[in-house]
Amino acid sequence: MEALAEFVNLYFLPGVAVGCIYALGAVGISLIFAILRFAHFAHGDVMTLGAYLAYSLVASLGWSVYLALPVAVLGGALASVAIDRVVYQPFRRSPGIIVVIASFGVMLVLRSLIQLFWGVDVLNYETGIRKPIPLIGDFRLAQKHIIIILVSLAIAAALHWFLSRSRMGKAMRAMSDDADLARISGIDTEKVVRWTWLIGGGLAAAAGVFAGINSKLHPSVGWDLLLPLFAAAILGGIGKPYGAIVGGLAIGIAQEVATYPWISDLPLVPPAYKNAVAFFVMVCMLIWRPTGIFKGRVL
Amino acid sequence: MDMQFFGLLMYAISLATMFGIYGVLCLGLNLQWGFAGLFNAGIAGFFAVGAYTTAILTSPESPNYLGGFGWPPLLALPIAMLLSGLIAWPVGRICLGLKGDYLAMATIGISEIIRLILKNEDWLANGTMGISTVPRPFESLGQPRGNIAFLAFVLLVMIILYVAAERAWMSPWGRAMRAIRDNELAAAAIGKDVVRFRLEAFVIGSMVMGLGGALSAMYFKFIGSSATEPLLTTFLVWVMLIIGGSGNNRGAMLGAGLVWLIWSGTELLTNRLPAEWITRSSYLRALLIGVLLIIVLQRFANGVLPEKPPRRIDS
Amino acid sequence: MALLEAKGLVGGYGGMDILNGVDLAVEAREIVVIIGANGAGKSTAMNALFGLIHLRAGHVTLDGADITGAAPNALVGHGMGYVPQERNVFRTMTVRENLEMGAYLKPATQARVMEQVFTLFPVLKEKANQPAGELSGGQRQMVAVGRALMTEPKLLMLDEPTAGLSPLVMEQIFDRIVAVNKAGIGILLVEQNARQALAIAHRGYVLATGRNRFTGTAADLLANPEIGQSFLGG
Ligand SMILES: Nc1ncnc2c1ncn2[C@@H]1O[C@H](COP(=O)(O)OP(=O)(O)OP(=O)(O)O)[C@@H](O)[C@H]1O
Ligand SMILES: [Mg+2]
Repeated sequence: MEALAEFVNLYFLPGVAVGCIYALGAVGISLIFAILRFAHFAHGDVMTLGAYLAYSLVASLGWSVYLALPVAVLGGALASVAIDRVVYQPFRRSPGIIVVIASFGVMLVLRSLIQLFWGVDVLNYETGIRKPIPLIGDFRLAQKHIIIILVSLAIAAALHWFLSRSRMGKAMRAMSDDADLARISGIDTEKVVRWTWLIGGGLAAAAGVFAGINSKLHPSVGWDLLLPLFAAAILGGIGKPYGAIVGGLAIGIAQEVATYPWISDLPLVPPAYKNAVAFFVMVCMLIWRPTGIFKGRVL
Repeated sequence: MDMQFFGLLMYAISLATMFGIYGVLCLGLNLQWGFAGLFNAGIAGFFAVGAYTTAILTSPESPNYLGGFGWPPLLALPIAMLLSGLIAWPVGRICLGLKGDYLAMATIGISEIIRLILKNEDWLANGTMGISTVPRPFESLGQPRGNIAFLAFVLLVMIILYVAAERAWMSPWGRAMRAIRDNELAAAAIGKDVVRFRLEAFVIGSMVMGLGGALSAMYFKFIGSSATEPLLTTFLVWVMLIIGGSGNNRGAMLGAGLVWLIWSGTELLTNRLPAEWITRSSYLRALLIGVLLIIVLQRFANGVLPEKPPRRIDS
Repeated sequence: MALLEAKGLVGGYGGMDILNGVDLAVEAREIVVIIGANGAGKSTAMNALFGLIHLRAGHVTLDGADITGAAPNALVGHGMGYVPQERNVFRTMTVRENLEMGAYLKPATQARVMEQVFTLFPVLKEKANQPAGELSGGQRQMVAVGRALMTEPKLLMLDEPTAGLSPLVMEQIFDRIVAVNKAGIGILLVEQNARQALAIAHRGYVLATGRNRFTGTAADLLANPEIGQSFLGG
């Protein structure tokens, strides 16, 4: 019983929290892929931007990071729309891979701006450790993990409502299905694109803030997550937002659980190699099922 | 010799040597992107494989890491290329039948994993400390002669690669490659084995990148995780190729020269900034490079020397 | 004044021109048929009318207003509906959602028009919650036509709506087209089943290699022996 509680408290539940962070990021990557047909390499850096926006509010106004979260989400959303206008829009008719190179440029610009404004030191939203909150029996969960999980659940529910019920959400699915046909139906595809960036950028910012809460804040916090995010998006079937949620959770849990001392007294996978787990999953998917578990688009 | 002149000479040599190394990397990337339209987002990984292989094979024996084996430097080069190619092969095998974005994601993955291993496995390559006893060929000639000789060697390598790449460009192989790049379905329809051609371009390009890494390790006489930062390898090389003109081997080298001049020229400038800004200057330069990349892509997508349709060899 | 008028359309997909000066017109309440060999440029002409192709020359007017180069989604707002030849349903979306997307610009009248579409194609009501990609070819064509009707067009453009359908379903679709036309909607129809199409049409165009070859009333075209031989299968 104690061993199980230790496993759940120290590996599984933190894995769920990490998985939520990945899910939030991967949903954006998948949505952007579905609508704009390119892998957005600067997504990790949008996450970082969101995290630092929240940090500014925490550090200068003394806000709680959870209060700063919505503002950071808004900031990430608007910044993404602006980046699209300035950088990506001229490439609408270009092959997707050209836009990927452009997103390389955005990555450099965002990261260097963050380094210029906020420096390169490792930062924290708050200092001090809080006691985990007991759930049932021996199971407990850190406060930050509870909040991350609950907020992510709420966001996932809202996203589900948006995509399945709202007019814009359906237009988004229509455009991802066939952009020309969407245009022929009267859908303003540029407006759909703006909404895509609002959502993708906002969720990325939330993921960035959560990543900062979960560990620490530094200028490459988003870049370091890019590999698991891509793995999550591919696992779920790229272009499938729901798949990305499942993929994110699966990768997050797998990464944490893989560090459990399954065989000997040592972690099965050393914590430094967590990202290798994501890479392993990515490679397996590319070999056996590149469409992902939920049959994503295009091969 | 006049001190100031000597300093200038050494500076010019270092500029030119770096130009040669980046020229090699750009020619490698041009094989992949310019010839075959393959997006490699993990140049840093193949660069690292080449650089660390060279470092381990040629450095004097050390208790801190694998080897070193004290090989003569020139012997290490082919091994460095071979290993880079060996890593590129399975990656290509898995991804080249899929849409380009998958290759981009997988290459960024493999390069981060390679860097992760090299950083964490102390026994292999001394972890974050790196290996700082890599011998440089011609060192025994002293300064500046040894430096000039090494520069000549690097440029010679680049020129050999250039000539080979030009020949490949005009050969039936190059033509098939471009046909596949421009219209995969049509090329497949006339019986080209699309995946095999791509795999060849990808593996050969990655081997050239490994060679670039090897030359770099020799030049700096050091390799560590800071030297394989994607900014300096992956990103800078992409910017160089796009600005110079992808699909044009001369453009690839020109881009390497131009961007390296900008990169190191801005270093001279930013070193005159107030002290607290000097530390930040490298971020300003990265910002500049990023903006440059976006502008060139939007306005001058063909680069300074755009791709030319090849003349027939017999005319 | 013609409902739709196109003069001297020249354009293609990037490289070569496919259209080398095509003229087309549809009067209000008219059914107009375009026929021609495979590759004659019929679909290209339809795409050009709908702003999906960049025109190098020529212009298009709708009710007298110049709509050359207007964005497709704007044209829908001006009363044009289009059923392309291929990829004409949202395969991952349900039949109902497909129809909803047609009503994207007119949410207010969506419920009413959807009832009309269901009356026209009762089978769609049965399959309302099924993904369109899982329907049979004929049912998919009905979804496509239904989706276009949901935009409440003044002019409905259909590119080979009966391709690959059994004679029975084909006849059904033609019947519906006539019914739609009776309700006051102009029809521009591309058809391979030229005889049947001309039988319901008022006028027709024959295109060949991106140019107008013959133009006339449906009766004239049907009677023309030259057309009969090369385009109507003898
Ligand atoms: N998307 C495209 N890109 C490039 N060329 C195209 C494209 N679509 C059609 N074409 C070319 O344009 C020409 C005319 O094609 P179009 O589809 O207009 O013919 P069509 O008259 O509709 O024929 P069909 O009866 O077979 O439908 C053809 O030669 C075709 O190869
Ligand atoms: Mg056609």
